[in-house]
Amino acid sequence: MDWFYIKGILILSGINLMAVLGLSLLTGFTGLFSFGHAGFMAIGAYTAAYLGVKMGLPLTVALLAGGFSAGLVSLFIGKLTLKLKGDYFCIATLGFGEAIRLILDNVQTFGGARGWPGIPIRVDLWNVALVNVVGIALLVNLVNSRHGRNMIAVREEELAAKTIGIDTFRYKMISLFISAVYAGVAGGLVGYYTGFLQPKMFSLNKSTELTIIVIFGGIGSISGSVLGALLLTALPEILRAFALWRLVVYGAAVIFIMISRPEGLMGGKEITWKGIASLLQRGLRLHPAAKSQAGAGAQASVGDRGGDRDGNGSASGSGSGDRAAQSIKPSF
Amino acid sequence: MGILEVRNLTKTFGGLVAVGDVSFAVKRGSISGLIGPNGAGKTTVFNLITGVYKVTSGEIVFDGRPIHNLEPHVIANMGITRTFQNIRLFKRLSVYNNILTACHRNARYSIADAVLRLRGFKAEERRMREDADALMEVMGLTRWRNSVAHSLPYGVQRRLEIARALAVKPKLLLLDEPAAGMNPDETQQLMSLICRIREEFNCTVLVIEHRMDLIMGICENIIVLNFGRKLTEGSPGEIQTDPRVIEAYLGEGAKIGA
Ligand SMILES: Nc1ncnc2c1ncn2[C@@H]1O[C@H](COP(=O)(O)OP(=O)(O)OP(=O)(O)O)[C@@H](O)[C@H]1O
Ligand SMILES: [Mg+2]
Repeated sequence: MDWFYIKGILILSGINLMAVLGLSLLTGFTGLFSFGHAGFMAIGAYTAAYLGVKMGLPLTVALLAGGFSAGLVSLFIGKLTLKLKGDYFCIATLGFGEAIRLILDNVQTFGGARGWPGIPIRVDLWNVALVNVVGIALLVNLVNSRHGRNMIAVREEELAAKTIGIDTFRYKMISLFISAVYAGVAGGLVGYYTGFLQPKMFSLNKSTELTIIVIFGGIGSISGSVLGALLLTALPEILRAFALWRLVVYGAAVIFIMISRPEGLMGGKEITWKGIASLLQRGLRLHPAAKSQAGAGAQASVGDRGGDRDGNGSASGSGSGDRAAQSIKPSF
Repeated sequence: MGILEVRNLTKTFGGLVAVGDVSFAVKRGSISGLIGPNGAGKTTVFNLITGVYKVTSGEIVFDGRPIHNLEPHVIANMGITRTFQNIRLFKRLSVYNNILTACHRNARYSIADAVLRLRGFKAEERRMREDADALMEVMGLTRWRNSVAHSLPYGVQRRLEIARALAVKPKLLLLDEPAAGMNPDETQQLMSLICRIREEFNCTVLVIEHRMDLIMGICENIIVLNFGRKLTEGSPGEIQTDPRVIEAYLGEGAKIGA
């Protein structure tokens, strides 16, 4: 395996990761299943390619515009279906994804089913990595805010979320919009990496693959989605040597993980700096004695989702000297 | 005028009249009770007040404003929150995160502020965390801070649900069978907790309960439902001796123990 080959796999993983991050917000944090995210990728891909090739816009603008147009379309779908009970949305996204593909098959301006060759190759490892770093940072910030917590509340218990004043419809729309923007940007990257777009690149298979990665990585875990995207994009490529058998092995690997860890790779936990630091500390202390303990240490690197990232939560209660806290003592 | 006024409230499910032509008022600052045999329509009344169900006819006025058929989250933000008969916590979240989530209204920062960590994000987030910690302290939940909600003992889950409802700073708190599944000792403590909540949080409480010791012990006014209709209304003394209530509950000749 030479560097060129590895680089290719990394870029593909990065493109997938961008779409998976968006879906992770929708499925992992908000609890909505979509089987049409390939459709949002397609919208982003064709828009970005059109703006770059036909109108000469720079890559960043084209990618953002692609993401934004996917987001706009998602708002339309959400408006129609998110007020209804959960399953309608899922089915609508499935129909939407296929509809987009069929439309693109028949629009000759973009080459129809034969595809659209000759898109300039502008994506390399560095800008894919940059897009993902920004994507992850923004998502981590969102998830660790009141808005992210409101989305999680929708996932956990929608009725209770409403009765504590959360506009659940609005948060579903926001989550859908952001996830579609991510998928759209990912789609834009596809075109500028392969230099070629074809509607069948964005089939139901693609949507399903994204959902599998989110569940594989673990619902409600960004680090899980990252690991999932890297592993599950790389795996089929690495297995290419086995030709015929690779998809069987791929399927078996996914099934094996889901049976042994039904809550997904990360099971709702996150890898945090604090966790890694304490793991390293432990590792140093234990080093001469027992290597076998390192396995146990790996658990420690996993921080509790939504814990105090700033670490000031536990100290603050007493500091505020709340009037009520002093006059009422905890009972039973 | 009461903080809550229910006028000729009716809710039907197909042919079934779950609540029929019920009117009552809840006095500001009071602890009131809503009682009745199983299937009398008590929970349905709560679902109508909180907007979970749309009313078939009649009106509900809160703080002088009609609220029937508003969205549940709008009603919650106007100042009515509740607990559920069959507990509905954010099961997989910690006690702390259950409460912190409900504190969302104590901050104003936008999504852009959150994503880019702009403006007041840090300060507002810190204030929310302080609020959540204070509330946990008040409700005696601090020792369960990091426990996952569904792993808690039953009584603590009920208490957490009350804490979560209080985090929204309600003017009217609706409790649906808060003592269900509690032993007499826990029930006793729950009673004093409800009384202290009224004082400390300055809110009105309306409570559904089958445990007569709790109802008779803390309520100033009690509304009795039977088969979706209002049977009567009155002080604990009046309700306890009302033959119609006794009959509705236990059949003729029985007596409600206090
Ligand atoms: N969503 C619904 N669809 C159909 N029927 C309903 C619905 N909700 C309540 N009911 C019916 O309305 C009637 C009143 O139910 P409700 O839950 O309000 O009773 P309750 O007084 O709370 O009883 P309990 O003490 O058992 O909790 C019952 O006959 C019930 O079956
Ligand atoms: Mg009930």
